[in-house]
Amino acid sequence: MKLSDVKTILDAKIFCHDDLLDEEVNSACGSDLMSDVLAFVKNQSILLTGLNNQQVVRTAEMMDMSCIVFVRGKAPEASVINLAEARGLALMATELTMYQACGKLYAAGLGDT
Amino acid sequence: MEALRLEFNIDGDDFQAAGEASSKTKRALKKLGLPPDTIRRVAICMYEGEINMVIHANGGTVTVEVDETAVKITLADRGPGIPDISSALTEGFSTATNQIRELGFGAGMGLPNMRKYCDDMDIKTELNVGTTVTMTVNF
Repeated sequence: MKLSDVKTILDAKIFCHDDLLDEEVNSACGSDLMSDVLAFVKNQSILLTGLNNQQVVRTAEMMDMSCIVFVRGKAPEASVINLAEARGLALMATELTMYQACGKLYAAGLGDT
Repeated sequence: MEALRLEFNIDGDDFQAAGEASSKTKRALKKLGLPPDTIRRVAICMYEGEINMVIHANGGTVTVEVDETAVKITLADRGPGIPDISSALTEGFSTATNQIRELGFGAGMGLPNMRKYCDDMDIKTELNVGTTVTMTVNF
């Protein structure tokens, strides 16, 4: 699916890099623990997280991801948005919980590999 | 392959800035044209190392050297040293504070992740003197 589909499915707001909405994404992961993302993630394009700080952007950058989705309605701070803007990552936020957001994307065909 | 050497000072007081050196290194290695898998492995190793330096050792220095066959990362700090390297290399073992855990790290995956993603890792540590971690990623 495209990032624009992710935005629609999660009824998400986008904060930066809406130019990436046409990009194809094949898989996603959900975690609040960045070391686990660094340890276990392979080629996922999207990181769903409840954690809201610059290290989330850094972690996604190291893993070559294209989008971060903040769950539970957590809007990113300006410093987080600025860093994502500079590093070419799309940022979204949804009111859904982690469980709901992951479930909806999985049910829509976005797997974890 | 063009040889490359990068040096960074890591500020131990700024958790939010941790990772900036890894980010710069990642971009420099991309420009060199290294394989994407190699770049990601170097980025993860160095990023975990940077985070460790800020959490445990009040910063330090990182040197990245690229030659024909490998990327060598040297992280040197003047922190408290590692009392028990074997424990520190065990997944889930952590001495980080709850504050660090709330920031998404400190789950005891730092050194194990670094060992997992590099081809060779050497740790030299002395209590109350400091720690030097050297990692090599071959390509």
